[in-house]
Amino acid sequence: MSDEIVLSATGLGKQVSSPEGTLTILENINLQVSSGEVVALVGPSGAGKTTLLALLAGLDHPTSGSVELCGSRLEELDEDGRAQVRGRDVGFVFQSFHLVPSLTALENVMLPLELAEADNAAQRAREALESVGLGSRTGHYPRQLSGGEKQRVAIARAFVSNPAVLFADEPTGNLDTASGDRVSELLFNLNKQSGTTLILVTHDKELAARCDRVLELEAGRMLNRS
Amino acid sequence: MKSLRFAIRSLVRDLRAGELTVLLFAMIIAVTSMTAVGFFTDRVGRAMQAQAAETLAADLLIRSPVEIGDTYLQAGAAAGMRTAATAEFPTVAIAPGGRSLSIVTAATEGYPLRGTVLIADKMFGDSYAADGVPEPGTAWAEAGVMARLDVDLGDTIKLGSAEFRLTKVLEFRPDQGMGFMSLAPAIIVNAADVAAMDVIRPGSRVTHKQLFAGTPEQTAAFRAAWQDRLQPEERISSIEDASEQIASAIERAKRFLTLASLVTVILAAVATAMASRRYALRHLDTVALLKSMGASQAFIQQTMLAQLALIVLSTAAIGTALGFAGQTVLAELSARLTPFTLPEPSMQAALLGLVTAATVAIGFALPQLLQLRTTPPLRVLRHDLAPPQLSTGLLYGVAIAALVTMIWSIVQELKLLLYIVGGMAAMSLVAVGAGWVLVRAFTRFRGAGGVAWRYGLANISRRGRESVVQVVAFGLGIMVLLLLTVVRNDVLRDWERSLPENTPNYFLLNIEPGDWDDIARLFQQELGAVPEFLPLIRGRITAINGTSINDYEFPSQQAENFVRREANLTWTPTLADSNKMVAGEWWPEGYEGALQISIEDQFARNMGVGIGDTLEFSVGGEIVTAPIVSTRRIAWDSLQPNFYIVFSPGDVRQLPQTYLSSLYIADEKSAVLRTLLQRYPGITVFDLQVILTQVRSIIDRASMAVQYVFLFTLLAGVVVLLAAVQVTRDERRFESAILHTLGARRSQILKGIAAEFIALGGLAGFLASLGASAIGYLLARFVFDLAFAIDPLLWITGLLSGALIVGITGTLATRKAVNEPPVRVLRNA
Ligand SMILES: Nc1ncnc2c1ncn2[C@@H]1O[C@H](COP(=O)(O)OP(=O)(O)OP(=O)(O)O)[C@@H](O)[C@H]1O
Ligand SMILES: [Mg+2]
Repeated sequence: MSDEIVLSATGLGKQVSSPEGTLTILENINLQVSSGEVVALVGPSGAGKTTLLALLAGLDHPTSGSVELCGSRLEELDEDGRAQVRGRDVGFVFQSFHLVPSLTALENVMLPLELAEADNAAQRAREALESVGLGSRTGHYPRQLSGGEKQRVAIARAFVSNPAVLFADEPTGNLDTASGDRVSELLFNLNKQSGTTLILVTHDKELAARCDRVLELEAGRMLNRS
Repeated sequence: MKSLRFAIRSLVRDLRAGELTVLLFAMIIAVTSMTAVGFFTDRVGRAMQAQAAETLAADLLIRSPVEIGDTYLQAGAAAGMRTAATAEFPTVAIAPGGRSLSIVTAATEGYPLRGTVLIADKMFGDSYAADGVPEPGTAWAEAGVMARLDVDLGDTIKLGSAEFRLTKVLEFRPDQGMGFMSLAPAIIVNAADVAAMDVIRPGSRVTHKQLFAGTPEQTAAFRAAWQDRLQPEERISSIEDASEQIASAIERAKRFLTLASLVTVILAAVATAMASRRYALRHLDTVALLKSMGASQAFIQQTMLAQLALIVLSTAAIGTALGFAGQTVLAELSARLTPFTLPEPSMQAALLGLVTAATVAIGFALPQLLQLRTTPPLRVLRHDLAPPQLSTGLLYGVAIAALVTMIWSIVQELKLLLYIVGGMAAMSLVAVGAGWVLVRAFTRFRGAGGVAWRYGLANISRRGRESVVQVVAFGLGIMVLLLLTVVRNDVLRDWERSLPENTPNYFLLNIEPGDWDDIARLFQQELGAVPEFLPLIRGRITAINGTSINDYEFPSQQAENFVRREANLTWTPTLADSNKMVAGEWWPEGYEGALQISIEDQFARNMGVGIGDTLEFSVGGEIVTAPIVSTRRIAWDSLQPNFYIVFSPGDVRQLPQTYLSSLYIADEKSAVLRTLLQRYPGITVFDLQVILTQVRSIIDRASMAVQYVFLFTLLAGVVVLLAAVQVTRDERRFESAILHTLGARRSQILKGIAAEFIALGGLAGFLASLGASAIGYLLARFVFDLAFAIDPLLWITGLLSGALIVGITGTLATRKAVNEPPVRVLRNA
């Protein structure tokens, strides 16, 4: 584990205007994540975890503060610039899988490679599917897969482009315990193999405990600073 | 580049997943319908242009009742054009076995410059193209002459003072014309024999023609050089003049058929818009996902554009290919409408296909697809985030602009454009309004049936907007088809009504006035009745209100063309049934006073004359003047001989003229015709029965061709239905899964769905019958002047076909949603 900082946030804040006035969702968040680190983001529902994840990944822009991701200051980039950073360095795993329904499992995994015009897309995607134990399901469509299987396809898709940072928002939130366990097991294993930095939002105490570090959010503020 | 490759890949995947089926189907139908009509009208148009050149037998000709001189011929030859000359005159052909009035064409070598003369080696033998003109001293005669003269090939006939040996049977001359007056049988001889015949004297009826053919540039240059230097009696005409009328008729037919297929395009466009909307909605998540993976807005936009371009190209190609196949059906249907073979289709209509596909795509799919590019990537985390909505104004604005552009490209006339757009807007308002009322009213009957019925009707009212769209789209498709049968029947009824009892089945032409009394006696004796006769005077208008027509400003080209030709005139004491007075007074019974004129109303307006104006005519060298005292309108389809200009009885009897007559002769009495022809060989007998059946079959075929075009409209209605079904598919899938889990049997759910679509189809059929009856009523009342009767068959057809087609296709299209196992549906929800 090197000490290079791949992700840092300083004075990060997010406010939205609502009919009842300005609503502060996040306030003065500061954090630094080193390369290869596995960080859990926990907190009660509505604490702002997803919002923070979106800001860190450049999917949304903060009201104040700044984010540096893999050497790029996100607030200095426009939407396309941030997309470029994501395409190069970021992977996602979502609570609701987000597989493209009209694509087979293999094609879903190929998608990031195709976007990056990578060579051997099909071969690499097949290997990725094998590494999540779905080598025999390549031609199946999402609707022919169970929830756990879908999430494993999504994990294969997230790892296939060797991202520097992987963001996961409650990856087991929609799964029963057994398949949830299997998914988190895979996530940790692949992460260990590839040395990816992992930011994991979860409600699961056990899962959080397995991480290198746990950040706790409550009502938009970071509680402990470890 | 990158986006193109990605676009192709995802397009193929979307295709395979069935995401694009309805969209493609809709666009293909639009293109097919447009190109089928495009190919067809293009073919007919070009055939008629070619025909026009053939009817002149040249590209340009100069005609005159007196000899023309060699100046023009020499100038034409010097300019590198081909030339020939003919003289045409009626004369009596004589043989030991009989006599026959015939039209002799004396032609120089080279005639005809355009088209071919067909001849045969024996009567009713196989015809082939003649090579040149008859040798001096020989003649080619039509079978009609030979039969009347009772001669065969090799025999000798006499024309004027010269004798000719018959060498070929004449089958066809390109410039033989189609009017009544050209019906006397024809003979072709060599121009070198004219002098020996000694029949052309000052004052005799003869038309001298000089023919020229060359490149369009040569023709135009020749015309420009000479047309202002002609002698007063000389007339110049070229293909443009001849084809002008034809071209405008074709143009009108083309516009009509194209507008008819525009109805199809509009319905297809509606389906396209529905399908694209669904496509966009379903791809929000995918676009957000792509963006989270690093795709830029520009990339998404390029991908969408590339995909749409690919869709446009492929639907244009497929649709055009289908249209090409489809036009052969149209050509087949119209085969007997046109007296000539159609040229090969040109590829011009393929462009129309591309334009149609592009217009539909840009107007109805592009805005919705482009909007996808603004999908925020954050949507991957917050599912409820949608791209900023396009304003409805913009959406409809683009669609309407696309439509108007397309209509403009068809009609290219502002007034017509406004009429059509206004008419369409009004029609859609009425249709949507009626559809809405129908859907609302109908769904009140929910309690009237079983569970399935109630469930089906509940669905219709819940999806109110989609239901109205479906009812209207489908109703429109059925309506145009129904309407066509109504109109076709009206046209036939109207036309048949205009035929009097005992409609004449024979026309007699070229009767010498002096023979009429004898002929009347013959008919009285053999048939027990004497037919009416109608005098025919050939004359030319020479002055209007004392102004020579050479100096007269004609308000319309058509009138000028008419005036410059020798016209058919008549006189009669009584107004014909097929004529209606517009203004002025018809001459009183027994009138024999000073010469007066009654003139056709529209023709008078084209000429810029009216009651009180004086016309001067030259008839066979004599000059007569008369005032216009009344104007009439003529029902031209009455199959009665009709005339623009009619004289009052009186001194007009002294002018050179022949009589024509029409009469009914029962089959068993037709022997009287043989007697007639033996006694008066100059008379031409013309069998009307042939024309009667032809007119009927022309109307039948024309309406079949239009019906065929409207069949695409019905198909487009089906696509709208499919699009609507597709939009609601996910919802239906979920619903039926829930119903399943609540214990409903598959058959029950299916029955509910069938009930829904049968009801929808019934409503569409009802709307269609209503619309067709209403428009049919208006047409009968104001156009055909017919009594209108509600046709129960129309209502039955409308309701049944609507219920059946919509019921079956709708149920089939939805069936899959019902068949899916509920567990899977619910798990994926
Ligand atoms: N665009 C927005 N407008 C208004 N309120 C918002 C918006 N986005 C987030 N919020 C609010 O901000 C708060 C934090 O939301 P966020 O989704 O980040 O919470 P979370 O910690 O991920 O919750 P959960 O555990 O339920 O997923 C919530 O109260 C949410 O309603
Ligand atoms: Mg959350």
